[in-house]
This record gives sequence, structure tokens and C-alpha cells, in this order.
Amino acid sequence: MNNDAILVMEHISKAFPGVQALDDVGLTVRRGTVHALMGENGAGKSTLMKVLIGMYQKDSGTITFQGQQVQIPDTETALKLGISMIHQELSPVPYMTVAENIFLGREPLGRFGFIDKRKLYADTKALLDRLEIHIDPSAVMKDLSVANTQMVEIAKAISYDASLIIMDEPTSAITEREVAHLFRMIRSLQAQGVAIIYITHKMDEVFQIADDVTVFRDGKHIATLPASETNKNHLIAMMVGRELTNIFPKEEAAIGAVVLSVRNLTRKGIIHDVSFDLRRGEILGLAGLMGSGRTQVIEGIFGIESIDAGEISVNGNRVQIKSPADAIKHGMALLTEDRKLTGIMGVLPVRDNMMIASLQSYVSHGLLDKRRIEETCHREKGRLEIKTPHMNQTIRLLSGGNQQKVLVSRWLLTQPDILILDEPTRGIDVGAKAEIHRLMCKLAQEGKAILMISSELPEILGMSDRVLVMHEGRVGGEFIRQEATQETIMRAATGNTQLVA
Amino acid sequence: MQGTISAETQTRNANRDWLNAFVRKYAIVLIFIAMFIGMWILSDAFLSPRNLLNIVRQISVMGLIAIGVTMVIITTGVDLSSGSVLALAAVIAASLAQQADWHDVKYPGLQLPVIVPILAALLVGAACGWVNGALVAGFRIPPFIATLGMMTVARGFALLYSNRPVSGLTDTYNFIGQGELFKVIPVPNQPPMGLPIPIIILAVVAVGAHIMLNNTRFGRHIYAIGGNEQAARISGLNVGRIKIGVYTIAGLLAGLAGLVLSSRIGSGQPGLGVGYELDAIAAAVIGGTSLSGGIGTIWGTIVGALIIGVLNNGLDLLNVSAYWQTIIKGSIIVVAVIIDERKNR
Repeated sequence: MNNDAILVMEHISKAFPGVQALDDVGLTVRRGTVHALMGENGAGKSTLMKVLIGMYQKDSGTITFQGQQVQIPDTETALKLGISMIHQELSPVPYMTVAENIFLGREPLGRFGFIDKRKLYADTKALLDRLEIHIDPSAVMKDLSVANTQMVEIAKAISYDASLIIMDEPTSAITEREVAHLFRMIRSLQAQGVAIIYITHKMDEVFQIADDVTVFRDGKHIATLPASETNKNHLIAMMVGRELTNIFPKEEAAIGAVVLSVRNLTRKGIIHDVSFDLRRGEILGLAGLMGSGRTQVIEGIFGIESIDAGEISVNGNRVQIKSPADAIKHGMALLTEDRKLTGIMGVLPVRDNMMIASLQSYVSHGLLDKRRIEETCHREKGRLEIKTPHMNQTIRLLSGGNQQKVLVSRWLLTQPDILILDEPTRGIDVGAKAEIHRLMCKLAQEGKAILMISSELPEILGMSDRVLVMHEGRVGGEFIRQEATQETIMRAATGNTQLVA
Repeated sequence: MQGTISAETQTRNANRDWLNAFVRKYAIVLIFIAMFIGMWILSDAFLSPRNLLNIVRQISVMGLIAIGVTMVIITTGVDLSSGSVLALAAVIAASLAQQADWHDVKYPGLQLPVIVPILAALLVGAACGWVNGALVAGFRIPPFIATLGMMTVARGFALLYSNRPVSGLTDTYNFIGQGELFKVIPVPNQPPMGLPIPIIILAVVAVGAHIMLNNTRFGRHIYAIGGNEQAARISGLNVGRIKIGVYTIAGLLAGLAGLVLSSRIGSGQPGLGVGYELDAIAAAVIGGTSLSGGIGTIWGTIVGALIIGVLNNGLDLLNVSAYWQTIIKGSIIVVAVIIDERKNR
């Protein structure tokens, strides 16, 4: 069986600061087959693919492609070898045409080295016709729908005449009709001997199109087997079947009255009819796969993005939240998902980062009371055990965990009733993680209501009193602590609620 | 044994770290001192009280603009309009400060108290700044474009208002730019000199701006917006209002600069202040203000302005050609930004 393998990856390891993203994994793909790659968020699928196309460099291991051991230092090399990839995040050049996008970097040249526009558009038209994609080659990318943009990306990946095409969630943005079209294209590529690595969360697609399935979990290879020898429940079990190695210090807190009540929250095309209640002392986990709309829900609640419909009530009173300032006024606090992008002010000192949301409490006679600010900073530093040499330290120079503690402190200083924590422990080390978990329990016991988004199922299960699962912009399931298991959540997250174990 | 060595090394490392941090933070001051000593050695005339006061007086107008520009740059913006706003404020203020019996008076028979032209200059500047801020915050126009537009428009209005110098200004008005207070500075063979009022104005504004940036909520919010606008918004800051405030202050200071300059030369001219905005940006950048936002101090900007002042003055004293002066000035700006970029890596 190994002689018809087009790709053999063996003993691949890759570490990022604080995370072992890939731990001695392997992957063998047979010529002319579709190989599904499955796993939870952060299981290592995308990392392995980025190693394969030269976006990341592996720490160790070997890659054998078409029988030759190869080194892939950059994407150009990967393309030359015959490996192309459709990325999950689309990255078209918006003001260039479809044809220019498809042939970017390999434009046909005519006399004097000028671009041969006629050939460019003719080639594109031929390509799109062959794939039965009905898009005008001279259309400007930014005018295309998301689905058509995705189809252009697919056409582009195919146009390299690659012998191995990686598709990372290619159907996340397209409709059923286009999915069927994509599958037809995949089958015809297969017939020509092209191999496809297909990354998806959608179980149905796996059984429709895949020949083989490989499951990853926590950066490790779990199993590879023919699709015909497995089923949905078996796959889900393999994807989540990890032991709860992390110990969560969840302590009971008295759960009181409803503090935050959300009804029929809708942002057109993004989230639909999301409703839930959050009670004093409660930790409500918000689970779901990437792109399921978790972050979009809280963006709507916190006034970062405007909502199209829905009601938000705080302590029983209907409130209008048009900006984060409104949300803060109503006792909310939001620890955002992306610490660097929306959390820290990188070049500013720890002090400013900590105090920025609560400065109004430190004004006397129009000036800031520096001594009280300093006292508060030192109290917070001690309370949260923030490791920083002094408060003037540029926050960017602290570790991720300490940055996160400064941000937690920023929000606690606003004395919120409702804490919204989006991936509160992403990318921080184990020690800081446990401290943040302990702090969450303490805050719940103090009567604060906590809404926690997490992509880590053990964290959701370990910390939540109740779990809300998002699926494609809707609430796909709700479980109390006793009912919630990795399997039930994963099923709700993948839209397989009707399945019986 | 090994423990001793590593302890010693540690102390040495700590000392070196401290020295590095000190040099990084005050590099610009050290450069200024070195330049100062260099000029002192090279030119006899440099260190006289008269010359030193001259340097500061020469930078006082540009320094006022630079203080406003520093705040704008801290928010990751830029203000290209200050030179033109200065001119518009200068002609309007001057026209309200003319002697009633001047032969070429703009408003015949009008004799207003000096407070009117003063307020007019400040108001005109603040209004232009407010428009800049509204364009940037309300219409989300890049600051470069919004203030470039204002640069042209304000210059046009200045010329439209008066296409020739507005002269014959009252003595009280001219006192603002020409007067001196505290006549105690000894000058050999002459009566003691006082502190020129423009220098006093610059000092007061600089101290006020420093306190505002460091000791008020508004000031810290300015840094926060420059540090991470999205994070600032999520922290509940009204980013738009703060930006409008910053541009308005920058405009107000450009208006004040127009008042000072027109009273110093005794006439308001529509062609005043051309290129001042670039010198002001240069002073801010040399003083360590980061064009990527979030970083910058008023004292740094003042030192930056002094460096430009000493450079102009010293190169004049040394008879370096004006052409070389611009080349040297330009190179220093670029080097300052290179140093700044490396510091922020």
C-alpha cells in the first residue's frame, strides 16, 4: 500500500512558545484519494498543513513526497513540488480581477516582459469553464460574494496542476449547491490521480467524499482508518476522547437571580435568535467550533458591533447598548479573545494598561491622584500575583499569562457584575491558567456572573455550571453541568444532536 | 566560587541593563548636550546669553505647534495643517489689532481691546482643529488626507482674507511677541535683558501640556488610543470625542502660534508659517514621539525643537551654507526615526 503513497510525513514535531502544537505525528496520503483530517480546534491539523506547504518549519521529522525526501522551506517550493492549498481564511487581493488573482505571481508574459493580458484572461476563462465555475474572469474580487470568492480560491488551487491539494474547511462559506459542485470537481481531480487532504468539522462531508480519515487530538496522531470502517459517533469519540488531565478547581457558588438576559439576538447572516440567561454566581460556558458565532454573540452584547434585532436586559431592565462604554455603564466587562489585537496597549506601561477603564474613579480636582493609582496597582499586582519588575514596564515585555492578569485586573477595577471572558486562558502557561481558573471561581462566589467562551472542551466542562453550544450562528444545544460531556457538546457543535449513542 | 562569579556577573549585567535603559531613555538629551558643547567649542559667539535666548525665541513659535502635533501623533495621527492655520489666525487677529489711524486699515474706525484679537486667533485655530478632528473621527478620513486638505484650505482663506500683509498693529498687541518680562539677565556693557514673552508662553504651554498628558484622564486616554485604539474603545473610551479634542487643541496651539508670530514681526501675513508643520513634526519625532502611536513626551519634543534651533543657529554661526543646513536637518530626522524604530523592536 505504501508504494502508491504520494505523501508520507513521519515523526513531525513542532512547538510554539508554551505549546507543543505537533508531537511526533505522521500522515500518509494515497495517490488519487481524498484523505479527511479531523480534530478539534487546536488539534494540530492546520499546523501540520502549514508545515507541509512551508509556512511553518518543522522542529523534527521527515516529509517524503512522490517517493523523494523533501525539504519545504517556503510556499514557493511547495507549489513547485506540486502541493497547493485552499486556506480557511480567504486572502484575495480585493481590487484586482479574478484572473489577476488566480495568476498572481505567475502572470503570462508577452513581448518585452509585459503581462500578456489576452492570454491571462483566456487562460482564466478556460480554467473556469473546465471547472464549470461561472464567474467573469475580469470581475473585480471585492465585488464577488463570499461563496464566489471561495470558488475562485478553489480554482486557483487547482490551476497549479498540483498533485496534492490541501483543502482547509473549503465549504465553510459556500451553499449546498456549491458544495455539490466542489465534490464533483474533487471526484474529477481524483480520477486524474490527484490526492486531496480535506480538513473539515462536518461529519456528513467526511462520509460523502473521504476515502481515508485521520484523527488528531492535542497535537497527536490518534488514528488513521478507511472511512468505510468508521462512523460519526466513533469519530467524535476519537476527537474528544482525552482524559481530563488538567485539574479544574471548580468550586460551588450560590447561584442567584438572573443578571443578564439576552433574547433573540440577531446579526444578519452571522448569528440568529440567540437567547439565554446568566445568573449571579454562575459560570456559563459558551462552546462551539471556530466560526460558529460565539465571539459574534458577545460583540453584539457588548456594543462592539451593532445588532439587527434582539433584546438585552440587565437586572430585569431592558437596556440599549450602542457602544462598549454603554456596556461598561451597565456593569459588564469583556476580556477579549485576541490579547494583542484588542486587549493590551503594547507600547504602554503596565500601569496604563491596568487603569485605563477605571481612571474616572481616581480623579480629584481634575487631576489624577497618582498616589492612589500607585496603591491600587500594587494591591492588584499582589492580589493577582502579576510578575512585573515595576509598573512602568512596557506590557509587551511581560509573558502572555502576566499580560492576561493585567487585563483581568483592568476589568475587575471597573467593579463589574457581569464578566464576559473570551478564551481567558488561550496561549498562557499552565500555572497562570490555573490561577485564572481559581480567580473565576472566587469571583463567582462573590456573586459575579461569568460568561466564558472557550474552545477547550475540558475547560468548558471543568469550569461551567451550564454550557451553551453554538452551531452555525444559532444555539445548538444547552446542557447543565451534569449532562455536559465531551460527546454531547461535540455533537451539538457539529449539528448532530439527533444521533443516539 | 562559581556562585561568586555569577553574582558578580549578575551585578555587572544589572548595571549594564540600567545604563542601557538610561541611555535609551535620555539618548536625545545626551545628543543635545553633545551638540551644545560642540557648538560652544566651535564658535565663540554661541554661549552668550543673547544668542541662547535668541535660539529659544526662534523655536518658540514652532515649539507651540510641535506640542499640539506631538499629541496628535501620539494618537497615531498627524497634523499637516498647522502652518496654514497659523497664517489664517495671524491675518485675522492682526486685522482686529490694527491702529485705527493706520493708512491701510482693514476695518476703518475700529479700535478693539487687545483681548479680542487674542481670542480671535485662538478661536480660529481651535475651529480649524475641530474640523480636522471631525473629519478624522466622524468621517474616518485618514489624518494625513484630512489635514492636508485643511492645509490648503486654510492657506486659501488666509489669502482670501488679505492678500497683503496686515500691518500697523497696536503696541499692546506687538508687546505679546516683542516684550520682555523679568529684566534680570546680565549682558556685558548693556542693560540687563528680560525673558522674551514668547519664551514664557512656550514654557507655560509646555508645562500645562505635560501635566495634561500625564496627570489627567484625558491625557492618559490619548496614550491609550495611540497604544491600541480597538482596546481603548472596548475599555469604554469615547475614541471619537477624544480625537476631536486632540485635534482641536493642536489647532488652538497653531492659532496661538499665529498670534505670537504676527505680534513678533508686527504684521499678519497670509504667507506666514509655510513649512512650520514639517519642522514641528520633525521636532516631535526627534524627541522620541513614535509615528506608530502611544509613545511621546512634551519634554522630548521641546528637546527636539531645541536641537533644531541649536542646529540652525550653530550652522549659521559657522557660516555653513543654507543648502547644507537643510541636508543636515533632513538626515538627522531620518536617523532619529531609525533609532526610534530599533528602540521599539
